Amino acid sequence: MNENPVTLAEEAGPLETGPSLVARVFGVSAVGPFVALLLVGAFFALKSDRFLTGSNLSLVLQQTIEVGTLAIGQTLIILTAGIDLSCGAVMAFGSIVMTKLAVDNGVPPILAIALGIVACGGFGLLNGMLVTSIKLPAFIVTLGTLNIAFALTHIYSSEATITGVPGEMTFFGDTFKLGGTAITYATVVMLALFFVVWFVLTQSPVGRHVYALGNNPEAVRLAGVHVRRLLVGVYVTAGLIYGIAAFLLVARTQVGDPAAGQTDNLDSITAVVLGGTSLFGGRGNVIGTLVGAVIVSIIRNGLTLLGVDSIYQVLITGILVILAVTADQLTRRRSR
Amino acid sequence: MPNAFRRRRRWQSVALGLLAAALATALSAGSSTASTAKASKGSAANAQIVVGLITKTETNPFFVKMKEGARKAAKAGGAKLLTAAGKFDGDNASQVTAIENMVTAGAKGILITPSDTKAIVPAVQKARKAGVIVIALDTATDPASAVDALFATDNYKAGVLIGQYAKAVFGSKPAKIATLDLSPARVTVDVGRHNGFLFGFGNAKATSKAKNFVKDSRVVCSQDSAGDQAKGQTAMENCLQKAPDINLLYTINEPAALGAYTALKSAGKEKQVTIVSVDGGCTGVRGIKAGQITATSQQYPLKMASLGVAAVVKYAKTGVKPHGYTDTGVTLITAKAVKGVPSKGVAFGLANCWG
Repeated sequence: MNENPVTLAEEAGPLETGPSLVARVFGVSAVGPFVALLLVGAFFALKSDRFLTGSNLSLVLQQTIEVGTLAIGQTLIILTAGIDLSCGAVMAFGSIVMTKLAVDNGVPPILAIALGIVACGGFGLLNGMLVTSIKLPAFIVTLGTLNIAFALTHIYSSEATITGVPGEMTFFGDTFKLGGTAITYATVVMLALFFVVWFVLTQSPVGRHVYALGNNPEAVRLAGVHVRRLLVGVYVTAGLIYGIAAFLLVARTQVGDPAAGQTDNLDSITAVVLGGTSLFGGRGNVIGTLVGAVIVSIIRNGLTLLGVDSIYQVLITGILVILAVTADQLTRRRSR
Repeated sequence: MPNAFRRRRRWQSVALGLLAAALATALSAGSSTASTAKASKGSAANAQIVVGLITKTETNPFFVKMKEGARKAAKAGGAKLLTAAGKFDGDNASQVTAIENMVTAGAKGILITPSDTKAIVPAVQKARKAGVIVIALDTATDPASAVDALFATDNYKAGVLIGQYAKAVFGSKPAKIATLDLSPARVTVDVGRHNGFLFGFGNAKATSKAKNFVKDSRVVCSQDSAGDQAKGQTAMENCLQKAPDINLLYTINEPAALGAYTALKSAGKEKQVTIVSVDGGCTGVRGIKAGQITATSQQYPLKMASLGVAAVVKYAKTGVKPHGYTDTGVTLITAKAVKGVPSKGVAFGLANCWG
């Protein structure tokens, strides 16, 4: 421990005066992702004069909406030491339900949106019931519901993309000007959702129970919390969030696309992991997830601006995931 | 506890350092492989014409060839080429994202093979509103008028050619036909090739106007193969269960044909079936040379992309927009030419194939 006394002395500083502001707000595990985001951003800002513009940064956030919103639900589930492979398929199902009801059945758009979100919540309920009642691993349960949602989406839509979506459903894809930069309403909804979930997770007893559930469910039970109800609640909440993602996706793309979201389950897990949330549950932060999702979008956007093939985005994301998980494992082992 | 905390912090900084290093390496590796990529800094870059190419996937040899054609044409026209692709066939979201990024990157024109012919339309319209011309390659959008122009194979004609060939081979011999098609979505490529084949084989009802497969009593089995070799094999196995005396097989593309050949061979029936297909990929042409596939209609992805890039460069320089449909041509390739149906041999096929 003595080979690097200077660093240690520096690091000891905030310990005595309490954690720094960033650490207090986001938790220590979110600092790493922030630094990675800044590094990536700085790199592209140096390489391309089109990168650091308001319109481009707004675009990056806009491109984060689908995976970012899904990753909020994914974070909740991973915090409880679960995992959700069904999120992208459930979102696609929700988007088909709402667009088909509105376009083919003439259901009022607002009601159609609500029904689509409820359908996604229903899948969350199914996942939660199977995980808690039959005590199946979340991986297996959501692998099953992934296929069910995928098949239902294709059966219900007859594999056809739904176009002519009413304006009320795509309104959130429209933009407003903020200091000359066009921002979509959907971006604001996503950011607001991140804030609400962050607030509940960090500032409410329920949020603390969710963390505790991932660390030691037995202790949570002994503390008098109804573990099963809490866990089902987490899955249902995640499902409803996927429903909101479905709505935002429809607003962004202006169509109901049965082929949507096929890689979103792994992409959302990637965002969660890059954001510093532990796949073993109990540790992490939803703001980190936002940062993780934005990192992936920025790499894709930046590489396109530089004229680099998109396949390198996949390569770099892969490297980043392994590094993030390695960092998690090492801190976990060391802190024991 | 403070000790553990310090250690944790230290590990985090180590991991961060690694992360930064890996990023730098990966990014510089990425930059160096993109031959036409230059940092878009300064006024010189602003003068350079930027062209975007968005394919369905990165890995399909068809799109690799397309990229090659675009690169060459971009180099010849002094343009910078940006490329992107979906993560899987049917990945609309990635294509939308790519269009947005390319518009931001200052592209004059974008060439795209749409994964979802309808779903891509709003994003295309947004790009065109921003003053970017959009050209569809290989696959038309729905509606076709959503883009400025289309450079593609006439898939119906490709089907007609192999149908006519099969008709000449069969003469008056009764045919029991199996078709290995694409997918239940019945996109234009799928319907065009299938009906074209039936028309060439003598079904006058199978016109190019038909929106879905035309019924034909000679077709004893139709299965979807997703244009995939393994799925083509399974589909053919199922067809042989249903109708063991199949003697003519049409497939949507050559991977499906080669998969079907494997199924036929293990059933000992490879000699009784004439296989015709569409594509003209190098693997497919080699399949013709080896006698696995009898004839194929060869299409030219390189030409689609090079014509597309040239059209964007022309627009940037002269303001003349490309419009309408340009047929990029199709050639019947076979080792066993028949009278009355013009075709080229394997040597020509190999010289012009892709993959």
